[in-house]
Amino acid sequence: MISWPLFFSQVFNGLTLGALLVLVAMGLTIIFGALGVVNFAHGALYGLGAYAGYVTYLYTESFVAAMAAGAAFLLVVGIVIERGLIRLYYQRPAEDQILVTFGVAIILVEAIRAAFGGLARNIPAPSWAAGIVNLHVTLYPTYRIDVLAIVAASLVLLYFVLYRTRLGLIVRAGIEDQLMVNILGINVTRTFLTVFGLGAMAAGFAGVINAPIVTVTPDMGADILVQSFVVVVIGGVGSFWGAVAGGLIAGEILALTAMIQPAYSQVMLFAAMALVLILRPQGLFGVEGRQ
Amino acid sequence: MAQRKKNSVSRRHVLQGAAAAAGALPLIHVPGAFAAEESIGNWPEGAKGPSIFVGVTVPLTGAYSADGHDLQKGYELVFEHLNQGTGLVPHVPSLKGKKGVLGKKIEYKVADTQTQPNPSVQAQTTFITQNKAIMITGCLASNTAIALEKLAQRYRVLNMVGCSGANETTGVDCQKYAFRSQPSAYMAAKALVPALAKAIGRDKKAVYLVPDYAYGHSVEHSTGEFTEKELGWKSLGSQVCPVGTTDYSSYLLNIANSGADVFVNVAFGNDAVASCKQAKQFGILDKMKMIVPNISAFQGQELGPEIMAGVYGTLDFWWTLAETNAMAKIFVDTFYAKYKYRPSWPAHIAYTQMMVWADAVTRAKTFDPRKVIAELEAGHKLQMPLGEIWYRKEDHQEVRAVPVVVGKTKAQMRNDEDLFQIVNLTPGPEVMPPDFLGCKMPTSA
Repeated sequence: MISWPLFFSQVFNGLTLGALLVLVAMGLTIIFGALGVVNFAHGALYGLGAYAGYVTYLYTESFVAAMAAGAAFLLVVGIVIERGLIRLYYQRPAEDQILVTFGVAIILVEAIRAAFGGLARNIPAPSWAAGIVNLHVTLYPTYRIDVLAIVAASLVLLYFVLYRTRLGLIVRAGIEDQLMVNILGINVTRTFLTVFGLGAMAAGFAGVINAPIVTVTPDMGADILVQSFVVVVIGGVGSFWGAVAGGLIAGEILALTAMIQPAYSQVMLFAAMALVLILRPQGLFGVEGRQ
Repeated sequence: MAQRKKNSVSRRHVLQGAAAAAGALPLIHVPGAFAAEESIGNWPEGAKGPSIFVGVTVPLTGAYSADGHDLQKGYELVFEHLNQGTGLVPHVPSLKGKKGVLGKKIEYKVADTQTQPNPSVQAQTTFITQNKAIMITGCLASNTAIALEKLAQRYRVLNMVGCSGANETTGVDCQKYAFRSQPSAYMAAKALVPALAKAIGRDKKAVYLVPDYAYGHSVEHSTGEFTEKELGWKSLGSQVCPVGTTDYSSYLLNIANSGADVFVNVAFGNDAVASCKQAKQFGILDKMKMIVPNISAFQGQELGPEIMAGVYGTLDFWWTLAETNAMAKIFVDTFYAKYKYRPSWPAHIAYTQMMVWADAVTRAKTFDPRKVIAELEAGHKLQMPLGEIWYRKEDHQEVRAVPVVVGKTKAQMRNDEDLFQIVNLTPGPEVMPPDFLGCKMPTSA
């Protein structure tokens, strides 16, 4: 039986679910938009970030240190992968890029499994976000509410980098017209490196943020990768606001469908994606004709 | 004229008689010598050399991978023991003093199922067609188990099912070539009910979290049936979710708002761990009693006593049985010596299934699946870590004890792996479904 308290609880839950999807999808959409690379390793990078955070937490017992380590480690990993592999694939067909990133994902996941085994690991919610809040319509975990604030702060920071810095200007220009950026004499190689590193860093950060909610397992990125692609398709490739809107819409679809008919929540997510592809193939905030 | 007529009639009668005899031949059943010598499946070709091949599929990746690794170790250990004549081998009368099975070394390959039916079927098809597997085994999900049962039936290769809890496995989807050892959802639910009556009581409202495949629906159905019939519980519905879900918040909010007294968590593997952890975060475990009809291999370890203390459920096997059963002690000790942790129940399934198979083959004196099936169906009782076990002819379900357990508190634990207390070791015959759950077993292989 659907009651108003349940309805409001699920609307709120959709928001927090969506916020986490926004965080993961943001890195994916920036890399996709700026570099044209469909990064199938994004889920594995997200998982790797969670494990980096887990190891840091084991030694420091500090969640803040875990967040910082997850992000920093993945920035380095992103740079290494871009220099060592991805840059060789910019001029190659999209299917080659998909295969190579997919391969990277398999290697990363199996490396994690070899190092940590298949058992679920746990990063507890930080002490300042432990417990449950009474929202009057429902009880809700404090940490999930704090995640909203963490995601919002991260997005503000990212927005600042993308829209208020020279680097952001080049990235956005690269998303719009890569050839023109080249002609203007801008070192696109360095920009690409930075973009891939930032994208990986966003994935790693999201992995640590999500760890207290989900369980840390080698395959943890598989499910969220698929949902993030849906977010990117709904929002539009390479669009900051597209990722935000797509993530929140996806979160609400998952939550509200689960309230009415739980078995169909994933199905409805893909139905929404199909609808967007039919009515507005470039996505809600995407630009038509972008490669 | 008369002579010609007589000859003509005679010839026709001879021809008619010959035709009738030829037509009738296939209908004549010659037990033993004639029929058994016909090749079937990979027999006798797969058993001609100095070794035989067993195809093993386990989930090494995906939502059930932690359980899958334990299952794999069970297979590794039992094949080592069978090939070397160690472990439980000296304690099984037919196998005592022998190495290998019928003098042949067991060779095997392990393929990853990715917690999905399709890769399992592909891998086992390769094992059957290219490696000439004489027997296939392994799986950790009922949809995979049922798919492999049908595959084995099609190829006429024996299938000792790995882990599968759905009723259908030895119910409506039962196959002549497949044998299952894990308790069905029916058996687990029936064994669990007396403990629930004591711990939780009668006339409660229950809500279910159900993974969306055969196992989930089967466990929900059987648990609901027994708790409603025998305890007067009322089901307030179920939250059906896909396998591999990572965030259960939407489902858990529905559960939190359901007004139920009992939360029946049917999710399995990593999904069970994630959903229990999130249920705790949503305050559900503070206001509802959680039960887990089939506890995953490492659920206690991964969640700890903070969440699992006081949670009732069933396990196929729990290592503390080694304290009361000599066979269980040998199994647990040898496993611990090799892998440095105490085995969980998937390893137990792998180990005992293979011992039972080796015993049946040895008593049949052949790898011919028809004769091995007949031996398994004969109901020969064998002492194993759970006590006496045997198979039922009618549905190929193993008759075996079902351990009902409750999670220990931190203070009750003697070591890190001492997570559950066995509250009841329900004898197998008490929980067997009398109607075979819709299984219509063919009489001949």
